[in-house]
Amino acid sequence: MRAILASWTLVALMCCLGSTANAESGQTAATESLLARLPSANLRETATLVGELEQSGGDRMLPLFQIMLDGRLYSRKSDDALVAVTQPPTGDWVLTDVFTGASLGTATRREVSKVRVNNRLRVQLREAIARIQLNAEDAGARLAAVDTLFGDLNDSSAALLSERRDLETDDKVKGAIEEALALYRLRSSSEPAVQVAALNVLAESLNTEVRYAVEQLAAADSAAALPVRNAARKALTRIDSNLEFYGFLEQLFFGLSLGSVLLLAAIGLAITFGVMGVINMAHGEMIMLGAYTTYVIQLLMPDHIGLSLWIAIPAAFLVSGLVGVIIERGVIRFLKGRPLETLLATFGISLILQQAVRTIFSPLNRQVASPEWMSGSLEINAALSITYNRLYILLFALLVFALLQLILKKTSLGLNVRAVSQNRDMAKAMGIRTEWVDAMTFGLGSGVAGVAGVALSQLTNVGPNLGQSYIIDSFMVVVFGGVGNLLGTLVGGFTLGVANKFLEPMTGAVLANILILVFIILFIQKRPKGLFPQKGRAAND
Amino acid sequence: MTESRSMLRLSGREGTLFIGVLFAVTVLASLANLVIPEDSFLHVSTYTITLLGKYLCYALLALSVDVIWGYCGILSLGHGAFFALGGYGMGMYLMRQIGDRGVYGNPELPDFMVFLNWQELPWYWYGFDNFGFAMLMALLVPGVLAFVFGWLAFRSRVTGVYLSIMTQALTYALMLAFFRNEMGFGGNNGLTDFKDLLGFDLQADGTRVALFMATALCLGGAFLASRYIMGSRLGRVILSIRDGESRARFLGYRTELFKVWLFVYSALLAAVAGILYVPQVGIINPGEFSPLNSIEVVVWVAVGGRGTLYGAVIGALLVNYAKTRFTAILPEGWLFALGALFVYVTLLLPHGIAGWFTRRFASKSVKEAAA
Amino acid sequence: MSWPAPLEEMRHRDRVFPHLRPKAKVDVSKNVLLYVEGVSVSFDGFKALNNLNLYINEGELRCLIGANGAGKTTMMDVITGKTPCDEGTVYFGQSIDLLKRSEPEIAQLGIGRKFQKPTVFEAQSVFANLELALKASKGIWYSLRASLSGPQRDRIDEILALINLSEAREQLAGSLSHGQKQWLEIGMLLVSDPRLLFLDEPVAGMTAQETERTAELLNTLAGDHTVVVVEHDMEFVRSIARTVTVLHQGSVLAEGTMDEVQNHPEVIEVYLGSDE
Repeated sequence: MRAILASWTLVALMCCLGSTANAESGQTAATESLLARLPSANLRETATLVGELEQSGGDRMLPLFQIMLDGRLYSRKSDDALVAVTQPPTGDWVLTDVFTGASLGTATRREVSKVRVNNRLRVQLREAIARIQLNAEDAGARLAAVDTLFGDLNDSSAALLSERRDLETDDKVKGAIEEALALYRLRSSSEPAVQVAALNVLAESLNTEVRYAVEQLAAADSAAALPVRNAARKALTRIDSNLEFYGFLEQLFFGLSLGSVLLLAAIGLAITFGVMGVINMAHGEMIMLGAYTTYVIQLLMPDHIGLSLWIAIPAAFLVSGLVGVIIERGVIRFLKGRPLETLLATFGISLILQQAVRTIFSPLNRQVASPEWMSGSLEINAALSITYNRLYILLFALLVFALLQLILKKTSLGLNVRAVSQNRDMAKAMGIRTEWVDAMTFGLGSGVAGVAGVALSQLTNVGPNLGQSYIIDSFMVVVFGGVGNLLGTLVGGFTLGVANKFLEPMTGAVLANILILVFIILFIQKRPKGLFPQKGRAAND
Repeated sequence: MTESRSMLRLSGREGTLFIGVLFAVTVLASLANLVIPEDSFLHVSTYTITLLGKYLCYALLALSVDVIWGYCGILSLGHGAFFALGGYGMGMYLMRQIGDRGVYGNPELPDFMVFLNWQELPWYWYGFDNFGFAMLMALLVPGVLAFVFGWLAFRSRVTGVYLSIMTQALTYALMLAFFRNEMGFGGNNGLTDFKDLLGFDLQADGTRVALFMATALCLGGAFLASRYIMGSRLGRVILSIRDGESRARFLGYRTELFKVWLFVYSALLAAVAGILYVPQVGIINPGEFSPLNSIEVVVWVAVGGRGTLYGAVIGALLVNYAKTRFTAILPEGWLFALGALFVYVTLLLPHGIAGWFTRRFASKSVKEAAA
Repeated sequence: MSWPAPLEEMRHRDRVFPHLRPKAKVDVSKNVLLYVEGVSVSFDGFKALNNLNLYINEGELRCLIGANGAGKTTMMDVITGKTPCDEGTVYFGQSIDLLKRSEPEIAQLGIGRKFQKPTVFEAQSVFANLELALKASKGIWYSLRASLSGPQRDRIDEILALINLSEAREQLAGSLSHGQKQWLEIGMLLVSDPRLLFLDEPVAGMTAQETERTAELLNTLAGDHTVVVVEHDMEFVRSIARTVTVLHQGSVLAEGTMDEVQNHPEVIEVYLGSDE
């Protein structure tokens, strides 16, 4: 929302700059005189001035209104000129020209006085901006303008909107205008036929204001005429079922998002535990290391948040992968065929890693900033919006999965890994360096966990316990999906994620978590080998 | 040829030695606390007595894990759950004993319920003002949980690492549940501010010593009972299940029943440890369910030497003593030390301290026999 | 041949101690002890057993041969309850459906099995291994309080003598040689006095002398016990077998005496090779 607003002001600004570049002063004489009165006007006078300015200046007034709305409009005491003020954290305030944006030097706080704005004026400004924006070239800007006016239409703005509707080419904007007008007709008209027609239009709306208005009419004690009330009820049912549908979609998305996090957390484990059969309790700490790598890289280059994230992905892979290889060479290879001992030793390693991070970075959580393009959300309609960070992480998880699948299926490392996991002795006899393959596989699994850490740092704070909270869930996903099977991990992760999110509204988050755990425990009773078991005589032993 | 016999004899001899030492230390420490005046050099402070009592509770917990892991090869990472459930049973009794001496002075409801605006006691708190009933429940609940879990897991032949992860998930789920205020077990803060037990003031020296002695008695009893079990044919079947479960099945043993039986026995030992632990430390909270606690117990057993009962006890005492000293001197370092201990023991000392001793002793006696 | 007598004696002991008798009576009125009919098992599409039919008579000594992957071990797995089968029936005597029973129940019915790899409890003494296998109640509470009776002890001693491990009775089973472990496992079967014995490659890893002794032992067992042997060693099979069954790709290819089987054209083609 914010991003959109920012972008259309920018566009508008550009237009203004273009138009004012021709004429030196840029404004007509009438406008100039109105502007000159602004610094000394009281609040009520300002209100009328704004109206007149809109009349005479039109879209050129947009930057002025916007700056005023932001509370950055000041007048310079020395010459009563209007200036836009930017306040840096320290030092003098920076002054710029309201219309051209040209620098006007700096000033202390005492040298300028603020053009006061109150709430009522802000509403007026917002509407004025919206009216101007209604004719903007950018469809997004026009849509935002309609949204601002929506529900607060008066005769003149309604006339403006219907005028615009006939010119409008963009379907989305047109639809919004229709809705706004319908709502206006519904509220202003006392003619049942008009109201019913309006209700038929509004039945497809997802706007909360519309729903509220329709609900009022549909209520048992509403004063509306019977056909209107019936139409309102019908519309309400329709609106509610639409809302429910989009609510379902949103929940599904949240579930998939959680699933993608689980998938990311578990997929490294699916390699080390699933394919190699090595249980690594320090897997969560590999994720944590990845997250801290992101944090450190961001500290090193604070001005390039977006770039640091891209660098963090390979860096985290290397850091976690390297630590993984060290663990494999240093500890795990000596415990081959003794899974329970491996479990204990790697648990010890996880304690050491956690404490090391605590000692180096402090036990407090650290925040990792998200780049611009990761924040904000994709608004599909009034009822459904998807946050970008979750969307990107979902896509990222699928990408990582596809890459790993490719590595295991198509590369020689993958072939070796599968050979070693199926028959170590035979693989050795075929000349495969099993030791090397083990180290590389473990490094790969750990590295992928590190990459997962990069993704997780965009969702939660980074702390020493970050990994611990994912380890049990990750094991559940791998066990549920079936060991030795990346596809199982994919299905398992998404199933558990979606199930969790659909349980949550009914039971609360904690209980949902518990129920899922209990479910998996019971599931393992029924199918000890998971969703996609490996069959065969060898699998029985 | 004499190797196994000498090993058997050794563990028998050392077990007896262990019982003797336990008895002597308990009696001497108790007397030193109660009889010897406080300013004397030989006086043992009540703080020390309580600390010893706590250690013995841990030792009992370690014994319970050793029975199941060392002898039957089932690595439970969730025995803290049984310990904590036993502890909560005792805690609920102690909570009811507070009566109207709580901060809010409500004779019926514990403080935290008053704080949460609860109007009446939840049904599952009924009867916990009766000591006998409370103790029965403190054993029954963990016992039934172990039975149900074990029955489900062992019948469908979930073994090895899978089982370990499942037990960990079990205690993790319980931790999440007990953290919830709505559960009615005090949420985050757990149960605390206990006043007295069976009418005896919990802060009094006499009560402390009595609790310490009770713990020693339970530990000794559990030790003897476990030694009897492991020495019987049942114990040999359990070892067979550890070393070749499928062979044992083909000999006609319904191994899943044996495992369930042993799991329940072990859970009960853990519950007893929890029951004795709570009045001595004065608090029980959901943190006791945390997976880290359970896995720490495993390392005690590993350090001491699994598959030897006295080894588990020694391990628990040593590691906890080290923990007490370490956290006092260098709190940051404890997790490093614990982590390193995990790695060191699994890599270099697979049979623990007890195994190291036995081996040295056995090899010496074999050499003597040869000479 | 000094040992048929103790075996004979053991048989009578069954009648002396009522708890040693098998619980379920095996109905062998048709003189057939084991029926395997139409059994199929597949792993991931690979048919390990394909409509297998096999009948074992009471008191018979039967040899099963077949190439690797012919389904010998899988067949034993099905009969002893380890692997579930996709279709078919397995009956012990006329009335006992083995497919409905678990491994321990089948073992308690009197079906013993020796694995391909010798599996003994390595951390326990030879004596304890035999004690565990003893024909007695296998319940938990019984085991907790069980002590060896005089006759049971004698019986273990006899078996120890029979398998030539009297000297090693207190030794850990893990310290035995490969051949000795094989013998111990056979001893564990004998001490449980089974009705039906499955031996998967009993002479693998044995010296020629040990092999010869095993052949003698099996020959004497037949008649009182029903024995099914899987073996690759043709000499050994020839020395013990009365009836030989050849498995191929999960079903029976041929059945008959050793000579008949060896001259069976298909068998020559798929298993024995043309040079035989």
